[in-house]
Amino acid sequence: MAGTQLTRRRFMHATAAAAVSAPFVRGAQAAGSLSVGFWDHWVPGANKATEEIVRAWADKEKVAVKMDFITSQGNKNLLTIAAEAQAKSGHDIFALPTWYPQDYAEHLEPVNDVMDVLIQQNGDVNGTVSYLGRTKDRWLAVPATVGSQIKGPCSRIDLMRQHAGIDVQAMYPAGGPPQADAWTLEAFLKAAEACHRGGVPFGIGLGQTSDSVDTAGAIFQSFGAALVDQAGNVTVKSDPVRQALEYYKKLATFLPPDAPAWDDASNNKWLVSGRGALICNPPSAWAVAKRDAPNVAQQCWLHGMPAGPRGRFAPFLPFFWGIWAFSRNKPAAKSLLLALSTHDAVAKMVDVSGGYDLPAWAKLTTLPTWAEAEPPKGVLYHYPNPHHHQTLSIAAAPAPPAVANQIYNQATMTKMVVRYLQGEPLDATLSWAEREVEGFTRG
Amino acid sequence: MPDGVISAQPDATAAKFQFGAARNFFRQRSTVGFLFTLPLILLILILVIYPSFYAAYLSTLNKRMTSFVGLANFAFLFTRETFWMVVKQSCLFAVTAVFLKAVIGFVVAHLVNATPARGQRKWRGMLLVPWVMPPALSTLTWLWLFDPSYSALNWLLALVGLGPVPWTGDAAWARLSVIVVNVWYGAPFFMIMYLAALKSVPAELYEVAAIDGAGWWQRLWYITLPMMRNIIAITTLFSLIVTFANFDIVWILTAGGPVDRTHVFATWAFRLGIQGGDIPLGASVSLFMVPILAVAAIFILRDVNKRAERI
Repeated sequence: MAGTQLTRRRFMHATAAAAVSAPFVRGAQAAGSLSVGFWDHWVPGANKATEEIVRAWADKEKVAVKMDFITSQGNKNLLTIAAEAQAKSGHDIFALPTWYPQDYAEHLEPVNDVMDVLIQQNGDVNGTVSYLGRTKDRWLAVPATVGSQIKGPCSRIDLMRQHAGIDVQAMYPAGGPPQADAWTLEAFLKAAEACHRGGVPFGIGLGQTSDSVDTAGAIFQSFGAALVDQAGNVTVKSDPVRQALEYYKKLATFLPPDAPAWDDASNNKWLVSGRGALICNPPSAWAVAKRDAPNVAQQCWLHGMPAGPRGRFAPFLPFFWGIWAFSRNKPAAKSLLLALSTHDAVAKMVDVSGGYDLPAWAKLTTLPTWAEAEPPKGVLYHYPNPHHHQTLSIAAAPAPPAVANQIYNQATMTKMVVRYLQGEPLDATLSWAEREVEGFTRG
Repeated sequence: MPDGVISAQPDATAAKFQFGAARNFFRQRSTVGFLFTLPLILLILILVIYPSFYAAYLSTLNKRMTSFVGLANFAFLFTRETFWMVVKQSCLFAVTAVFLKAVIGFVVAHLVNATPARGQRKWRGMLLVPWVMPPALSTLTWLWLFDPSYSALNWLLALVGLGPVPWTGDAAWARLSVIVVNVWYGAPFFMIMYLAALKSVPAELYEVAAIDGAGWWQRLWYITLPMMRNIIAITTLFSLIVTFANFDIVWILTAGGPVDRTHVFATWAFRLGIQGGDIPLGASVSLFMVPILAVAAIFILRDVNKRAERI
């Protein structure tokens, strides 16, 4: 096969002029075969964009590509990743969820050459992508547009105005920069209280799935509260963590009483059913409302997170495309990753996913899909953070990723909130969390 | 006679002898039995024995699976509060669920057995429905019933002025919920096993006992239970193993929450190993079921063997 595969020299030659892909192939299937495990998108029809882009690339480069769209239902994609890493066999490229490039760093082919080209072409990536997709000077994977998301607030325009006196459209106007200096954690708390009194509480979960954890992470970070710092020191018993917990306890009293049992579907249902004034989510809940409850969708508005004493943080969860170290056609895999991240390819993915998918690249946050989405017109304008008004981050950062992953997946922050909310003394909660986190730092 | 013919005679005899030996070999019952079970043996080797040894190997590696750490993962688990909570919860879950399944199965089996033969088949079929449905599917239905915000059960409770009950939001209710679903799913298995055992009890024994004036309770205590004892023990052991290793019901219903209060070994192992990226620790958690279940199996099977020897 070596004679027919794309070589590294040819790959570098082809990308040297910052041209995207355009490699190296003569004759049918001259560049061998490639198998890709993509994430099976939950937006109906969204896989089609990826499929078309890959097919066009394969036809041009004469590579035989096999695509599998693997669902995250029942964590099937996670199980497949674990199995392929153990077997050192499987797909050449795999769509890796948020923490997985770090978990499988030893099993992944470095993609510095691809990232250099893409950063030059699309602008730099945000800090969360660097944190999750790179280790020291080695890029582990390429941020995937498909599946990447920000979980900022999705508010009801009417209910926020009626109960909290907040005009979210004026605060985050479509087509313009945010006017949100007054949108602080204190304002958020007052709004939560007002909406709770009005019978339409904020729908923020306190469960153990990612939606709950992401919101907790952003609020903790707004206080500068980290359970483990960048150097790996346990910092649970610190003032910012105490402040964050005190704040969250107050907020939790205005959330639905069953919030500790919420999963990732609960907040969506809360919004679509019209029972709540705000949730923190990507636009999927709004998209479902558009289909099932148009009167609710017409009142939705996605916008930024409230600012805390240490800044304004929004949860960003990127997907990545990684090349397994055991791949037998790495040059072709790299060429495909370049093709999947061109401006046109990204625009197509964003469009077909109804604005859900988010590129991580600085130059690609103002695509027309987000500006034009409706109803109401401009509902998604601020979703991709076009004015870089908030820091995109992930819960448990800046702890070393191996530790942060444990904090995130064990939902340590939401568990702390629930324990404290259910009457455990603050110091006992902190001691419990400290013991948990110390366990996560083991090598 | 040509030389060739003469020289061929011993070969033919040898071939005949070999064929006869092979035929005898294949005629032996033990050989045939072995060949019939060979596919199953291979399946067990590939799907059970190899993964078990591989899991044991994984449990001896460090978090990044780059070096051998011996029993350090187990030692680490013993220092974790959550681990001991999972041990406690797994035992509570398995013992309570198996006990309830056994009691309900026993009662229902008697009721079905007492049903006239004409309608019995329909009842048996209907009562087996929970068990024949894929548990993931039926648990999803239960999840909707238990939904904290839109629960059909809470709606019914509200109609009579009760509730709402935080079915999966409060630790005690969540534990009850997973046990209820497990019992709902597993009781029909006990029912069908007990029904088969009941049908194998000779009717003459009851007739003789009735002539001797034995009452309902005496017939149950001195005839039915002793005759069913082995089936009860083996069904209980089988169910204990399956319930202890339960994953789907707990994962779908509560995913181990709230605050880890409903985790069992399998769900916690999955959370640590697959979701948390610590496969060796996950493997260690899942292996911890082995000694507990081995002790249960030894006690139950020893009892069964003793009775078999007496009989």
